[in-house]
Amino acid sequence: MGDALRGYRIIAGSWIRASLTYRASFVTLTLTSVLITFLDFAIILVMFSHLTAFGGFSLSSIAVIYGMSGFSLGMADLLLGNTELVGRRVRDGSLDSMLVRPVPTLVQLAADHFALRRMGRVVQAVGVLGWGVATAGIGWTPARVAVLAGALVTGSVIFCSIFVMGGAFQVFAGDASEVANAFTYGGNTLGQYPFTIYPADLVKALTFILPMAFINWYPALYVLGRPDPFGFPEWLQWASPVVTAGFVVVAGCSWRAAIRRYRSTGS
Amino acid sequence: MPGEALIEVADLRRTFVVHERRGLLRRESRTVHAVDGVSFSIEAGEAVGYIGPNGAGKSTTIKMLTGILVPTSGRLRVAGVDPSARRRELALKIGVVFGQRTGLWWDLPLRDSFELLRRIYRVPLQTYERNLATFVALLKLEPLLGQPVRTLSLGQRMRGDIAAALLHDPAILYLDEPTIGLDVHSKQRLRAFLGELNTERGTTILLTTHDLVDIEKVCSRVMVIDRGRLVFDGGFDALHRVGGATRTVVVDLVDVADPVQVPGATVTRVEGTRQWLSLPADASTGPVVAALAARYAIADLSVTEPAIEDVLPLLYADP
Repeated sequence: MGDALRGYRIIAGSWIRASLTYRASFVTLTLTSVLITFLDFAIILVMFSHLTAFGGFSLSSIAVIYGMSGFSLGMADLLLGNTELVGRRVRDGSLDSMLVRPVPTLVQLAADHFALRRMGRVVQAVGVLGWGVATAGIGWTPARVAVLAGALVTGSVIFCSIFVMGGAFQVFAGDASEVANAFTYGGNTLGQYPFTIYPADLVKALTFILPMAFINWYPALYVLGRPDPFGFPEWLQWASPVVTAGFVVVAGCSWRAAIRRYRSTGS
Repeated sequence: MPGEALIEVADLRRTFVVHERRGLLRRESRTVHAVDGVSFSIEAGEAVGYIGPNGAGKSTTIKMLTGILVPTSGRLRVAGVDPSARRRELALKIGVVFGQRTGLWWDLPLRDSFELLRRIYRVPLQTYERNLATFVALLKLEPLLGQPVRTLSLGQRMRGDIAAALLHDPAILYLDEPTIGLDVHSKQRLRAFLGELNTERGTTILLTTHDLVDIEKVCSRVMVIDRGRLVFDGGFDALHRVGGATRTVVVDLVDVADPVQVPGATVTRVEGTRQWLSLPADASTGPVVAALAARYAIADLSVTEPAIEDVLPLLYADP
């Protein structure tokens, strides 16, 4: 683990230094990224100029839900987003070069072309979340602080696991980065809104089959002090760490299996 | 294990299941035996050439030796470890150069790629600086160090790749088609460098190639693979004499004569006073030359070994 982190730091550091050589371009790209993600939230703002509540949640509460999901995806995208290029690396053979270096392959894939400008989404999410928690009238208790902080970590780890599973699938199937995108960016789009706007069956599926509701929905309910609108048990709001552990195990096993079954290219 | 060779391969096999489309919806799968029971061992300090026709299993073997591919069956030990199970540990002891792709970072300057490798491989600074200075001088990399790898020509990139593969002092260097696409001058320089690396540093070299000159200049031993099986393993000189190959004795007689009569050789061509005699490559030329000298007045005589290009097809099964 220490080796993996060290490898990540070294490789990512190289790319950060390289990107900072072109300072103007770096600043422009980062600002553009913040602006684009801000426009994303602006849609919700526009909606609220016509409504006072959406799915039974105030704008401030939605900002909390939105910010938690956005932060998690942003962090995962920053740290592991480059793993979606693995399909291309299988085809052009550069995965072979990574396999013969003394750093875990996943670390190399993730840290290669590390782009600090991906911080844009994280910065935007922190802004929206900060405004949300400040104005939603939350009665803070140590438990609520812990659940919020914990959810930011477990949410990020769940999205990271999804990136890894998507990468494993690509090694296996040759390509199909869209499959992973459906779950990462698609999952984030779902998670930006209170789940009360979705049919109960979908929420059940996102709880028990593909447990993405644990990224932000259940912890957010606890932080906001809301009873579960679908009448699901309250302990689900505490279950994110356990679900996250499950995601990590499945992601780790699929990655290992994919590398063992890797066939490399022709020559 | 004491007494074990640096690379030990016993009954190594790798199969691939290939899916082929037959018509719109039907799909058939077929098992391809890319490497089909290969055994050899390579001692530290050897330089071995690995040749064979396209698709014979050369790259598949190299990929198993480096840990990239997991063997289907067989025993495999490189520097005492099972490559695919302990890939990262093995990585510190080997250097790998793939001729058709780069192990460098496409968008980073060459110097940054080297520096990054130094830290990844934890090469002590002194060793790194000494090696870098050596390879930069031998491979003439000085003017290229500041350039991003993507701007380098194929030959320049290959030199960069070779330096990169050697910075951590690996015991074994694998090269897969290192001279492919290089011009004659670059090829010569590369061969000279590899020869020196093997004799002076004692680095064990295993290279695959289509160019027999690579092997002649760099390797003392050749392994020939065909359809997943080793069909020859021995010295480069012995390769001249494999089954069915013939040597030619060209003799200039003083006077024009009928085809000469010598036991063990047959005349294949006569042109004035010059005659061509053919004899099996594994037979000795001594008695033939002696018999000629005893019976005829000879002006000149020369012996031609069979060309490797002509010998190799004799080793390969008909397609």
